[in-house]
Amino acid sequence: MIEVVNINKSFNGTLVLDDITAKFETGKVNMIIGQSGQGKSVLAKCIVGLHEVDEGSILYDGRNFSELEGNERRDIRKEIGMLFQGSALFDSMTAEQNVMFPLSMLTNMSKKEMQERANFCLDRVNLSGKNKLLPSECSGGMQKRIAIARAISMKPKYLFCDEPNSGLDPKTSIVIDNLIREITYEYGITTVVITHDMNSVIEIGDNIVFIDQGRNCWSGDRNAIITTDNPAINNFVYASEFMKDIKTVLQGKLK
Amino acid sequence: MQLIINIGKYFMMLRIIFSRPEKMRIFRYRLMNEIELIGLKSLPIVVLISVFMGGVIALQTAANMDSPLLPEYTIGYITRSSTILEFSPTILSLILAGKIGSNIASEIGTMRVTEQIDALETMGINSLTYLVLPKIVAAVLFFPLILVFSIVLSLVGGWLALVSSGLSNTETYIFGLRSFYLDSDIVYALVKSEVFAFVIVTISSFYGYYTKGGALDVGRSSTQAVVISSVVILICNFFLTQMILL
Repeated sequence: MIEVVNINKSFNGTLVLDDITAKFETGKVNMIIGQSGQGKSVLAKCIVGLHEVDEGSILYDGRNFSELEGNERRDIRKEIGMLFQGSALFDSMTAEQNVMFPLSMLTNMSKKEMQERANFCLDRVNLSGKNKLLPSECSGGMQKRIAIARAISMKPKYLFCDEPNSGLDPKTSIVIDNLIREITYEYGITTVVITHDMNSVIEIGDNIVFIDQGRNCWSGDRNAIITTDNPAINNFVYASEFMKDIKTVLQGKLK
Repeated sequence: MQLIINIGKYFMMLRIIFSRPEKMRIFRYRLMNEIELIGLKSLPIVVLISVFMGGVIALQTAANMDSPLLPEYTIGYITRSSTILEFSPTILSLILAGKIGSNIASEIGTMRVTEQIDALETMGINSLTYLVLPKIVAAVLFFPLILVFSIVLSLVGGWLALVSSGLSNTETYIFGLRSFYLDSDIVYALVKSEVFAFVIVTISSFYGYYTKGGALDVGRSSTQAVVISSVVILICNFFLTQMILL
């Protein structure tokens, strides 16, 4: 479980995260949602240590990450897999080399063991046989899947996905969503997804945290998001007439 | 104020770079790649510039030898001194700052804006040591070799220019090259090449690593890397000359 306790973060005097407290549970797909520019990605980057928090604590299964330094912090980082918004694959490496990269840097596995693990991970994301492709030769969806394969290669305890569906068509988005859900349940990891794709939220969101103006203003599960009367979240999730209609249908289903 | 902040950040970056690499095997592999990129791939431009510059130095010296009191071998002597003391270590470093510096800044800058450096950090890898240390070691190892290569080619270029234009002959030119030779000149040139190699790689890496934004900012970082490296090379050149030659 990851716990975020009273986090504050500001940039050049502008408060971006204002006293955020949230829990991200193990074995569940936890989602951070909110409009663009509300601090979702900053929150995720604070949790993985890419930004330092000004105040507050980040606890990884009780270990206070924000107070750790050096090797202790790096030990926790080795338990984290992260899927970046733009995939962040290494351009000069093939799909297989990208997946093997953390293994070669952080483990003492033999070349054969790394190869087997890379094959397994690529197979897990339905990319078997695509080992030798360069990122530039892959579609956006394939790049995301390679990035997921790289993220799970070290058997992480925590998986972060920053906008996993950005730039993808609806069908490919569903493939990526299902993959994230399957991996989370299969390996019992703590997954945190940052998104504003409401289809993903309704499909795979077990635990949802809504960030508005840098504050954690609502949390609940995917059923609660349908029935909530919180005005901020209703304004965000059901902004269009189409989504309002969907809400009516979903509420009917729940009844 | 920004200058002081940048100088502070630069030295903090150096402190992080010089920590122990994650894996020596990976470091050696990256070092070989960087020697190829920084060293071997710079050789064609070094050959071209050195030969022509040597030729031009010899021709200009010969063209300005008006006094009959000056012996003809002075052409070889001046060509050698200009090449060893200034042209090969300094001018060539300024040219390589443009080629290698912009390459390093844009490579690391692109990695920064496409979150590849964030990916390294999230994995628990020291991105500065992984990315920059092999470049520094490659440049510091290879620049002296480039320097010696450039000196030889420049002197050959001078000889070719003089002999083909009939302004001097081989014996006199070689006699000039060997006149008043000092080992300390070579040491001075080697020290300069080492310092300039370090300056080019670290300053370019600094601007690349701290790039913020998108493609435009990568271009801006690349330009800044070349400009600042060149300025620092000129300043270091002045102080090294004062310290070593005087």
